[in-house]
Amino acid sequence: MFIASEKSTASFKDFTLVMPAVAVGNVGQLAVDLIVSTLNMTRVGYVHTDCLIPMAGNNPYATCKEDSEQIHTAAEVYTAPELKLAVLQIRAPIIQTKSKKFRQLITSWIKASGFSRTVVLSSSHAYQRDDQQLQGTPLRYLVTPSLLKMSADALKELGWREMERVPAFPGLADANSEPRLYIPGGGITKGLYTDSCAEDLPLAVLLLFCSEGDNIPDAFTLVNHLNDWLHLLDNPSQAPNKWKIPTSWSLLFGSGLPPALF
Amino acid sequence: MATFFGEVLSVYSRAVEEDDEELDENEEDEQIRKELEGKREVCLHWNPEISEALSSGNKCQCSDFILAVGDNAARFVSAYILTSANWDKVGHASVWNERSRPFTGQMSEESACVFYRHKDNPSVLICQVTCYIAEDQLFQWTEKVFDCLQHRELKVTVLSDSSVADYKTADYLSDSSVPFLRSLHTTNYSGLPICPSLEQPNIVTGLPAAVLNHCQVHHIAAVVYQCYSDIIGPDSVTMETYKPALTKLGKSIQLDSSPSTDVFRKFVKTTDIQSNLYI
Repeated sequence: MFIASEKSTASFKDFTLVMPAVAVGNVGQLAVDLIVSTLNMTRVGYVHTDCLIPMAGNNPYATCKEDSEQIHTAAEVYTAPELKLAVLQIRAPIIQTKSKKFRQLITSWIKASGFSRTVVLSSSHAYQRDDQQLQGTPLRYLVTPSLLKMSADALKELGWREMERVPAFPGLADANSEPRLYIPGGGITKGLYTDSCAEDLPLAVLLLFCSEGDNIPDAFTLVNHLNDWLHLLDNPSQAPNKWKIPTSWSLLFGSGLPPALF
Repeated sequence: MATFFGEVLSVYSRAVEEDDEELDENEEDEQIRKELEGKREVCLHWNPEISEALSSGNKCQCSDFILAVGDNAARFVSAYILTSANWDKVGHASVWNERSRPFTGQMSEESACVFYRHKDNPSVLICQVTCYIAEDQLFQWTEKVFDCLQHRELKVTVLSDSSVADYKTADYLSDSSVPFLRSLHTTNYSGLPICPSLEQPNIVTGLPAAVLNHCQVHHIAAVVYQCYSDIIGPDSVTMETYKPALTKLGKSIQLDSSPSTDVFRKFVKTTDIQSNLYI
């Protein structure tokens, strides 16, 4: 459930919500990290639930020594009121048996808060693409019917590629089997999308085909892609380093090396 | 994953299984799943005095709650605090999961997660946890335990073991700097630091993290002291690292500052015996 931090009585009416799906390479979470740290967003509350594995740490977006000692938890909500933007960051895996409960919790919170639209940043296994998906850009999108009504023109203008439906049994021509939505490695992405379709929530999924490894470049690709639509930053592609990498991304490949090695 | 030479490596994957179709379960499957879920419930067993108070709606009056997680933290509490006879065992928690051993009997289950209370100052509660609590049980454990405690003026101190291999730093750690303490506290905690704060990108996980999350959202003052050690198993040097964390609480608990070797002998099992390399 959402718990507001002490000072704020946050209202999310007509805000846009951006949230990651915990998926391959954590691309969505990294992209959200970039948004929070670049826009200097303020934390307004926590999502405190038994569906996530607990973790805690000091401020991941610390810029100086003074603001580094500030506890942060597994799922937190940040806002930038001037942009009418709210961001949910998830920093821990979802407990497998509770993913359905987590989806329900998120959709009912989205409904109750009155967000105007929700954007889910996600990723999918690159190696599971079929022949048509291999060509061209690795970025895909999905929108629910109720968001399509609102943003059809904007989406047309962007010229994005929609996530393809793939046949359930490739190579078998069976008239009865309808092509299905398949997002391997995408965690709750598909469930969240189908739930939102059923409940008539305006929700979009932006996803990227990727493999695990150093996924920082993927995060930049995805966040720039999102920015083409939401215009959070002006023209970041011309000045590629406008996104600010948070301090918590340091030491990605482990600790320093022993000096005696050299 | 197997390497070129055929060694099998266990690699932690960040990939997420697609929870695709809702599993079509038959009745029997569902029943088994429900039974397993029920078995995984965390149960608290208090002594008659406390359980009576709890059932009549009175929560446990508690000003200091000290939680020791891990072998070294728990044994530090045993050696330095509980040796003075002023402590009563007031309850225990039973946790069953995939790592619970079936044949160890009642005794070990009862001694894996125990609550103690000070005889003269009943507002000080100590809990030692040496068993494994699974990821899906952490939240529940924390909710249940804190449900029994009165939240006003409550201060929580968590001592927790960690391996230095999990500690990330840009500088190389020399042997002489290990073991060391790092702390992480909630916004409501106001105390003088006795050790450096946990640096990014290091994080706290497991029971200490569950307790911190709970305390942060419920505005309880809590601090975690994480001890990074390079020795597997209990040892006296690692235990001593925790000393400054509790000397601060001096008023409410008596810390036996230098326990006799006999006390240590009881709590530190010599590890040589377990190794059969040089028999």
